[in-house]
Amino acid sequence: MAHAPDHSSERPAILDKVNPAELPRAKLILNDRSFHWITDKVCGIVEEPTPLWWKVLFTVALFVASFTGAGLLYLVSTGTGTWGLRSPIGWGWAIVNFVFWVGIGHAGTLISAILCLLRQKWRTSINRAAEAMTIFAVMCAGIFPLFHVGRVWFAWWLFPLPNQNGIWPQFRSPLEWDVFAVSTYFTVSTLFWYMGMVPDFGTIRDRATTWWRKAFYSVLAMGWRGGNRQWSNMEMAYLLLAGLSTPLVLSVHTIVSFDFAVSNVPGWHTTIFPPYFVAGAIFSGFAMVLTLMLPLRAIYRLHDVINQYHIDNMCKIILATGTMVGYAYGTEFFIAAYSGNSYEKFAFINRAFGQYAWAYWIMVSCNVITPQLFWFKKIRENHSLVWIICLFVNVGMWFERFVITVTSLANDYLPSSWGYYSPTIVDIFTFFGTFGFFSVLFLLFVRFFPLLPMAELKMVSPHSDIHNH
Amino acid sequence: MNERNESIHGVACTFRKPADVYHAAEKVRDAGWKYWDVHSAYPIHGLDQAMGMPRSKVPRLTLLGGVTGFITGCLLTWYMNSYDYPLVVGGKPFWSPIFPFPVMYECTILFAAFGTFFGQFILNRLPQHHHPLFDLPQFARTSDDSFMIVLEARDSKFHLDESRNFLLSLGGQEITVIRD
Repeated sequence: MAHAPDHSSERPAILDKVNPAELPRAKLILNDRSFHWITDKVCGIVEEPTPLWWKVLFTVALFVASFTGAGLLYLVSTGTGTWGLRSPIGWGWAIVNFVFWVGIGHAGTLISAILCLLRQKWRTSINRAAEAMTIFAVMCAGIFPLFHVGRVWFAWWLFPLPNQNGIWPQFRSPLEWDVFAVSTYFTVSTLFWYMGMVPDFGTIRDRATTWWRKAFYSVLAMGWRGGNRQWSNMEMAYLLLAGLSTPLVLSVHTIVSFDFAVSNVPGWHTTIFPPYFVAGAIFSGFAMVLTLMLPLRAIYRLHDVINQYHIDNMCKIILATGTMVGYAYGTEFFIAAYSGNSYEKFAFINRAFGQYAWAYWIMVSCNVITPQLFWFKKIRENHSLVWIICLFVNVGMWFERFVITVTSLANDYLPSSWGYYSPTIVDIFTFFGTFGFFSVLFLLFVRFFPLLPMAELKMVSPHSDIHNH
Repeated sequence: MNERNESIHGVACTFRKPADVYHAAEKVRDAGWKYWDVHSAYPIHGLDQAMGMPRSKVPRLTLLGGVTGFITGCLLTWYMNSYDYPLVVGGKPFWSPIFPFPVMYECTILFAAFGTFFGQFILNRLPQHHHPLFDLPQFARTSDDSFMIVLEARDSKFHLDESRNFLLSLGGQEITVIRD
């Protein structure tokens, strides 16, 4: 105690004996990479000659996308009867695929907005690609309700625009709420994505060596100069858009779930739907982020910026949301049993043991059982296995929407009007092709836009610390 | 007033480390400069205070957008379902703030986002594709890993030689005159 200062009487003596422990903080950027390394790495993807794998994948993606084109062309020229929709199942794959793709998009907004508000710095490595995924997924989603209206050339009647009949949209319908929710979601996500990219476009512009590249990125960068007076407004706007996107993303899947929950069909008319749909959306979206980012990380050797810590975090979010989804499945059964409503009880017993039991058990095994493997560190560190588990989650979440939509409609109140739904080849073509459509857009994004947010990566780099000399 | 050459935009100098530019910015602020800026590839934490900048005005435009959006949502649903073409649905009131609430909610967010997005570009005076700084060879590196302080000629404190020496005393390198 001899070395203790004079005021030692005011402090408990124990403090002098305690060495404050250095709290280990996970490193977001490994190997102490410099700012210039980050710039080179990200701009290099855009600047290098088009790699062969990209050309091959792009060709394949275009070919797959043509299936959607063919499916829609046939549908429009013939009629929606070419889809497998028959009374009593008026909503088949179209709504299933719509909810599936919108749900995928939600992880992008969760990463870019909610994790931004929660100051989760690890989001910076993946947020740009995840936001791109959101936008492209919503575009894929939009195809289905757009063509489900039947006469697609009247789809603009969904919007509050004056038409020759003098009739307006009916705002009591959840489907109309959906029009507003999804189109707002698409618009705001695109603005958010673009605004975050402006400084990075500026970096690519400043490095450009060819005339066309300079011109292209100059237009996109809008003359960004990176002055702190600009950064101050940009950061504020970014934070505000994150704050606006958070209630937005929660409302979008809530409203999507209202499409079901507001109707009086057994199995749909439940209050659990909004939180259950949002958890499921984040679950499927994170699986898609990993499905896309793991191969990109390997191809572009991004191991220093997307490291095990990032992958661990995403796996844990999948584990948490997957468990929530599993809990919701259980709650649905409990409430059905507890409600005393025989139709509701039947709807759930029918889901698990009826004519669509196969789909139900695919859903349960993919969504509830497989993510539980992420409890194990060894599995989270095995990236091939992580990728495969994520594929299972994607499949499982598609089946969840299928089970919800189809089982309730196929067997509702009157056994005399029960039916069995199966998709037609046109349904299958249209859905299969959306994966190509999505891939075409995503590949273009990877090739021409900054894949990782350079400015934000530099911000979380230890080199940016002004107290660190 | 000092003699000013109208064709000069200002003087610039570069720094290699964020800590250096941060401390230099504090000194420029304390010297009472008004028209100057620090260019960097990312927003430097705490630089707003070091430069003595006021809070960004973007939130005002966000609020304006949000309020406009909410009112738009109210008027839209009221006009369409209650005034111009009253729709009888289940014998319920033609308009209430409850049933079209999701529409009003989404309109609020949409317009607030427009206010934020366009507000940011308006306040930053973008797009602006021509700027004297773009002619500076070392400016390109500020979007990579270099930092730059620019003192503008329109500031009343600006005097070519004095400002150059001031930047030199701050530890800046590659001191250059920017011409319009």
